[in-house]
Amino acid sequence: MSVTDTELLTMQGVSVSYQTVEGPLPAVRGVDLVVRAGEVVGVAGESGCGKSTLVSTVLRLQPRDAAVSGLVEVLGQDVQTISWGDLRALRWAGASIVFQGALHSLNPVQRVGAQIAEAIRVHEPGLSQARVGSRVTELLEQVGLTGARGRAYPHQLSGGQKQRVMIAMALACRPQLIVADEPTTALDVMVQAQILDLLGDLVRDLGVGLLIISHDLSVLAEVCDRVLVMYAGRVVEAGTSAQVFTDPLHPYSQALSGAFPRIGDPAARYAPAGLAGDPPDPRALPSGCSFSPRCSRAVDRCSQIDPPLVEVAAGRPVACIRVGEP
Amino acid sequence: MTTTAAHTISARTLARRRRTDAFRRNWRIFRTNRAGLLGLGLLVFFILVAVFAGLLVDSDDLSLTSAPGGVLEPPSSEYWLGTDDSGRPILSLLIYGARISLFVGLLATLMAMVIGTSIGLASGFLEGWPAAVLFRLTEWFLVIPFLPLALILATVLGRGLFNIALVIGVTSWPATALLIRSQTLTIKERPYLERARLLGASKWQQVTGHVLPNVTPMIFANTTLTVAVAILTETTLSFLGLGDPTRVSWGTMLEGAFSVGAITTGAWWYIVPPGVCVVLVVLAFTLVGQALEAVFNPRLRSR
Amino acid sequence: MSNVIASAPTQPVARPRSYARYVGTKVLGALGSLMFVLVVNFFLFRVLPGDPARTLGRGRLKSAEDIAEFQREYGLNEPLPRQFITYLHNTLTGNLGDSLRYRVPVSELILDRLWPTLLLVGTSTVLAMVIGVWLGVHSAWKRGGKFDKGSTGSTLVLYSMPEWWLGLLLIAVLAVGIGPFRGIFPTGGLHSTGVDPSSVEGVLDTAKHLTLPVLTLTLAYLAEYSLVMRSSLLDELGEDYITTARAKGLRDVVVRRRHAVRNALLPTTTVSAINIGFVVGGAITIETVFSIPGLGLLSQEALSIPDYWVLQGTFLVASAGVIVANLLVNLFYGLLDPRVRT
Repeated sequence: MSVTDTELLTMQGVSVSYQTVEGPLPAVRGVDLVVRAGEVVGVAGESGCGKSTLVSTVLRLQPRDAAVSGLVEVLGQDVQTISWGDLRALRWAGASIVFQGALHSLNPVQRVGAQIAEAIRVHEPGLSQARVGSRVTELLEQVGLTGARGRAYPHQLSGGQKQRVMIAMALACRPQLIVADEPTTALDVMVQAQILDLLGDLVRDLGVGLLIISHDLSVLAEVCDRVLVMYAGRVVEAGTSAQVFTDPLHPYSQALSGAFPRIGDPAARYAPAGLAGDPPDPRALPSGCSFSPRCSRAVDRCSQIDPPLVEVAAGRPVACIRVGEP
Repeated sequence: MTTTAAHTISARTLARRRRTDAFRRNWRIFRTNRAGLLGLGLLVFFILVAVFAGLLVDSDDLSLTSAPGGVLEPPSSEYWLGTDDSGRPILSLLIYGARISLFVGLLATLMAMVIGTSIGLASGFLEGWPAAVLFRLTEWFLVIPFLPLALILATVLGRGLFNIALVIGVTSWPATALLIRSQTLTIKERPYLERARLLGASKWQQVTGHVLPNVTPMIFANTTLTVAVAILTETTLSFLGLGDPTRVSWGTMLEGAFSVGAITTGAWWYIVPPGVCVVLVVLAFTLVGQALEAVFNPRLRSR
Repeated sequence: MSNVIASAPTQPVARPRSYARYVGTKVLGALGSLMFVLVVNFFLFRVLPGDPARTLGRGRLKSAEDIAEFQREYGLNEPLPRQFITYLHNTLTGNLGDSLRYRVPVSELILDRLWPTLLLVGTSTVLAMVIGVWLGVHSAWKRGGKFDKGSTGSTLVLYSMPEWWLGLLLIAVLAVGIGPFRGIFPTGGLHSTGVDPSSVEGVLDTAKHLTLPVLTLTLAYLAEYSLVMRSSLLDELGEDYITTARAKGLRDVVVRRRHAVRNALLPTTTVSAINIGFVVGGAITIETVFSIPGLGLLSQEALSIPDYWVLQGTFLVASAGVIVANLLVNLFYGLLDPRVRT
């Protein structure tokens, strides 16, 4: 997979905060992210860390009560400030999102083929019925389904089939950037592998840029070039997927990586898996490092200083003051 | 538990404490719903009026023969809401009418809830053909248009408070039964019920000990809404002439107003006040019922 | 590695035959309900206190032969099962007894008075649905705004009102007139005297007479539709597929109409089935208040004697009507929601 220099997605200092009755709730706090053409970038983290909120800003789909600051640039356009018309043109034709199809991301009373066709018609209104139909069939076949599947309603498809439909739909308008939000959650392991292979192939064959969000670090390790780890709305570590998965530097990444068993590593069987405690309440973030209450390596300093994201090696930013210390 | 250890709390105390905590929590949530509070306020007002009716109204005011006022007098400083066609002050009739409307409404609802809850629980909890039969019965009953049925029943049973309540109760239970049934079906799948079964709890114990406590909040909210419908129904039946002729209710007042042609003679004070009272009471019960639904079903809260 | 991608196991795609099966189920259900109504109707009869022949034939049956004849015609002396057969036979051949008040067959009375009720109920239901749904959609779309608050508040008040009381108020204001404003509508009845109902002038006259009754029923019943539509739409707008639709670049109006409202119509349709029973009840009270000579007024008149045969007959017709209407709504629902067809 050749990664070019074209930046498809650039996020600089992106913060998202929800306006609630009790005051602003920070969901994302100063995130930087880049996705280039032909590159697969992953964002890992528990539910509630802000990754889905972050992704919603890419096409300005964040909820109405969410305030976004910082720069979100897609294909050179500042998504949060461009006109409504430009935004609509960008949506799906410039960048598209693969939602979790196994849940309710498809309209239950519309045939899936029609839902794919709908996207095409928005961006290429002049196309004839027949042309649209053949494109839909083409897309379905590209993701491993038959064209006849297009006549099905969502409730007639399995989780894996629905996910494939979501991918086909995301490709409908030939976007340059695709964002996949938890593409393998709620699918069984066999199907997960198939979906990941599919995504990898598409990136290679079409040269798109892919941003994958998942709470499953092993999924990201499989298919990503670079991985960012998020906790409590911030990036706490980043690096190539090999680096983050096999040699995590931040205690949180270590716990995430350890939570997923590695076949062939006997030590993994005896190491305590999982992480105690819950993610912090965004309304009451711990003082200093927000991970310190759950951290096995925390010291007194950790609850006083909020560690900045610092590059401890080339392309290896980590937000922990205990990196390198015994 | 009769141990002497210092920190043991009996299971009963624990349960009671949990219940008071839950009650306080729910009240706090209820309090944020302004419409619900308004409804509650109205309810308290009308209930107080009904309870103290005897003190507020002179019995002569209600008599057909020795009524104090002239026929169909418009509102004046003496009779704030005027008089009816027998010279009785409308205000007194309204106050006394509150008693009947509320009483019949509550009695009818009690009957509807008892029948509806029993059938709902049974058809949701039991297996096999008894449950299926009860469900079919409920669905069929639901289809029958209620007023034509009520008319026949009321005609057959005769006029009277209890009969009216019975007619309303017997025709209103299906909606409750369906609701309770679907709740029961959901609860039936829950793990603690399976555990109770494995521990040897009888069907009756399962229902009363586990299903019923979880269904109760829903019953509570539904009861309030049912009372609203029951009061509307009683008013309608009385208006059509099926009410108790010896008692005054808002419905019978309106029946009287209609039969003497109060509209065409312009005696609006005979028509408007009883209807306004009905609207206020029904609205009150509806608002409280909706607020209760929101308390027990978080999804409904931010509407 | 595209050839590694395996398709999932095949599942049959919905065939048109499954709608036919759905229709069959619903029709059978309706027939079952109808049967139930016939049974209930039969037993209502038996609950009567006293000797049925004397009560029902009151005033008409003078001699012992008359009474015997009456009993034979309605099988009143026979064992219960045979009585039921006789009753079924009578009912299905249109013999619903004779009215005690009018001395004509009940079936004749019902046929005579059917069309005003159908007109009244039909028009009101359609208007209530259309306006109610529109109100609900717009309230939900601008949730919390002035339109929403005003609309929800007023529909809630309408919902708490006996529809016939609303009718009385409308008569007072728009027909009788208050103060300097003279009424513009007739206070009741269906036709003005001296006008030929089948002429153009007559049709307009009938329409004028029906305006207030239809307005009353519409106002009374749109509340239910508006409230349910609003709540269902709010539910749908929170669903994930709405985000998908917006992400595809669709305009907000299109998202609302094609995705959210389309799905929110499902619970609204279900509610309309339940509402039909109430509209039928409303017909009784409204016809009473406005003196419309339909089935509703017929039922109300029958209360005073009481004219048992008429009450029974109207009950049967009303129930059958509701069952049929419910069936139609269910069939329509089957077209809207593909999930019930498989």
